Amino acid sequence: MSGREVSRRTFVQVSGGAGAGLILGFNLACSGKQAAATGSLDPGVLNAWIRIGNDESVTFLISESEMGQGTHTALSMLLAEELEVDWSHISSKHAPTDRSLYGRQSTGGSTSIRTNHERMRVAGASAREMLIAAGGARWGVPASECRAEAGQVVHTSSGRSLSYGSLADEAALLSAPDEPSLKDPADYHLVGRRMPRLDSPEKVDGSAVFGLDVSVPGMLTALVARPPAFGGSVGSFDAAAALAVPGVRHVVEIPAGVVVAADGFWAAKRGRDALTVEWNPGKFGGESDDSIRELCRKLADHGAVVTDEGDVAKAAAGAKKRIDAEYDAPFLAHATMEPVNCVADVRDDGCDIWTGTQAPTSAQDIGADITGLPIEQIRVHTQMLGGGFGRRSRNDFVGEAVHASKALGAPVKIVYTREDDMRAGSYRPVAYNRFTGAVDGNGNPVAWEHRIVSPSILLNIGARLQEGIDPTSTENAGDLGYAIPNIHVTYADPELPVSVHFWRSVSNSQNIFVTECFLDELAAAGGRDPLELRLALLGEHPRRARALRLAAEKANWSTREADGRALGCAVAECFGSVVAQVAEVQLVDGEVRVLRVVCAIDCGTVVNPDTIEAQMESGIAYGLTAALYGQISIERGGAVEGNFDRYPILRMRDMPEVETHIIAEGDPVGGIGEVGLPCIAPAVCNALLTITGEPIRRLPIGDRFKT
Amino acid sequence: MPEYSLTVNGSLHTVNVPDDTPLLWVLRDELELTGTKYGCGAGQCRSCTVLLDGTATFACVIQIKSVGDRAVQTIEGLSDDLSHPVQKAWLEVDVPQCGWCQSGQIMTAAALLAEHPDPTDEQIDEWMSPVLCRCGTYNRIRKAIHIAAKEGGR
Repeated sequence: MSGREVSRRTFVQVSGGAGAGLILGFNLACSGKQAAATGSLDPGVLNAWIRIGNDESVTFLISESEMGQGTHTALSMLLAEELEVDWSHISSKHAPTDRSLYGRQSTGGSTSIRTNHERMRVAGASAREMLIAAGGARWGVPASECRAEAGQVVHTSSGRSLSYGSLADEAALLSAPDEPSLKDPADYHLVGRRMPRLDSPEKVDGSAVFGLDVSVPGMLTALVARPPAFGGSVGSFDAAAALAVPGVRHVVEIPAGVVVAADGFWAAKRGRDALTVEWNPGKFGGESDDSIRELCRKLADHGAVVTDEGDVAKAAAGAKKRIDAEYDAPFLAHATMEPVNCVADVRDDGCDIWTGTQAPTSAQDIGADITGLPIEQIRVHTQMLGGGFGRRSRNDFVGEAVHASKALGAPVKIVYTREDDMRAGSYRPVAYNRFTGAVDGNGNPVAWEHRIVSPSILLNIGARLQEGIDPTSTENAGDLGYAIPNIHVTYADPELPVSVHFWRSVSNSQNIFVTECFLDELAAAGGRDPLELRLALLGEHPRRARALRLAAEKANWSTREADGRALGCAVAECFGSVVAQVAEVQLVDGEVRVLRVVCAIDCGTVVNPDTIEAQMESGIAYGLTAALYGQISIERGGAVEGNFDRYPILRMRDMPEVETHIIAEGDPVGGIGEVGLPCIAPAVCNALLTITGEPIRRLPIGDRFKT
Repeated sequence: MPEYSLTVNGSLHTVNVPDDTPLLWVLRDELELTGTKYGCGAGQCRSCTVLLDGTATFACVIQIKSVGDRAVQTIEGLSDDLSHPVQKAWLEVDVPQCGWCQSGQIMTAAALLAEHPDPTDEQIDEWMSPVLCRCGTYNRIRKAIHIAAKEGGR
């Protein structure tokens, strides 16, 4: 079990939810039969995920959040495969937030397919058998004489057929089968094929409704003035000038800051610009990047021991060559293209919340906590997410909207400007890493000491650490995977008030960078080829070795340095998948150009290969942005960067060619959304090490090569 | 509050807003045309790109008083039925991921193809590089633009 899985479980426990999966029996049974008894569901409801209309429309209610990763399409493919329904009849939408039907709804950790692969198959197969049973009953023949085919129930011997739409209401009145029979994967006609995304048309004509697009009658639009320093608070404020702005209706303080609520965005923006607030800077108000790093350096010698094998000090002392290095990775903002936002409408009889969230049940909990209303009266309507990457599992924006609506007695939409969004925290944690490594006379690494100091995400979300270790900070560092006889890894949390959160691939984004780069430093010190050395050390991880070999072969590793270009490689295992990348890099007039990335992804089992390729491209673009430019700097206790001028995002002209090779040899299905990211920074930096002879020990790469 | 008349997707609208209101918020908050997206408010990401008399313009910065009598075209006005060559190509390649930036990408691509019916990769880089996509759909955008060009661009 990876540290990642441990962390997710902890997260679920923290959030106080019931586990998903346990509820399958119940929500399959929650068909029209129950609906008829309770009057709570519409006709044609086969189970919690499937509705079939008399017009042959098939609607899948997906409990996972669609933030671009393609999960609505992939989960619909699994449902449709077992249901035996024509793809052209299918639409998908976000399910209501209902833990009695879906368990805890939380999308993250690249878990959607892993968690729901079997669940969706069973749901589809169950509905199929109910439809077959309904058809058999209509004809008065045994269900065993009937089969399902492209949205029809067919009586095999007579050739008669009935459409799903004509049978749906009757089928919904039947009990769900105890153990529906699943298809043989050899008979799949959807799963494993390239299927078009169900959400593409609405994203191509502008009709998709994201959180920021929601409007409800009587709604006010509000901006919040928040403390400029983390840990700061409102001292006093003068609302007069803000209230004088036409269209501004209210100015009110909530725990997060001062809300300026108006008829629309522009009035709210002008109102907030006019607002005067005296801030208490808090204890952190004098801190900066330098003071944070100094604190981390001091703590490096006092970390909790994560891994301790052999005797690093002794091995290093007797080795041929020794390297001491400090590696740094900065805070990073998620910078979703849609800044976070939320609409809340708090009334005496209930609370409605419309938002793009990765964690609808957590949003429900927040609504209940703030309003004091029972959970059932908090209705969370999940909207399309304009990017998530972990940011939208935080739900701080939900709390602000609920507080504001409660205070003002009207529906309120909280909008974050880009600057608000970028400076609001929830960052990928900063990480300071101190290494000592050593190689013997044959260039074999014999000692590996890695001291990590990085803010704990678990502490930030209210969890406790066991023995001082946050497993979300030590992924792929504590369990290095390379056969090095003496390993010592420690972890310390610097207790900073800057809020940190899950950021695409979590600590793999720092740890794979630092470990894969430091391994290349050791390879260079020992005169070994980085690929050959990795393969020699990966004896216990044949899937990693296989992915690495494939990527290297396709990238033509044997010519890894030619014409001023160089290749760099990296490999990682995370989120249940294995990924290897080889980057082809050129340095032209001090500018780093990443020309091509060859990516081998072993995700065990494939649902939609087109989505896998898209997610590899996406992870590479996101990771390359971080490697080349990404940094949130701290000055006077607050974030400096506020917009894309100082926090650049990779552009079209800088996007490398990406070549993805999928390995699927029947291993358990692995995650996809985050896996493409961790290898790109070390692959690029390792290529630059080959070109320049100098390791890159601090991200972002930035302008360091420019004269 | 001053009154402004503007033509959006062929329809004439009258709005009463402060003269410094960015066109983006007139479209989104006054006309409920939410297909045009807010991303930065500073002309840095171009998610809000619309066409003014056919010219790609970022709506988050241009103020309503500066729009004048130029006709505004938004993603909603590109076609009624996903039939614009750029939209067809976008669907063929399955470009979008989260989708937030795609209105801006599509409107910029439409303007590019109007100017250069068969653009080179360099022209695509030049026109499309200002339009940010956090999901990294760039390679698919490039492919889709080439397909749309083959289909006759405009």
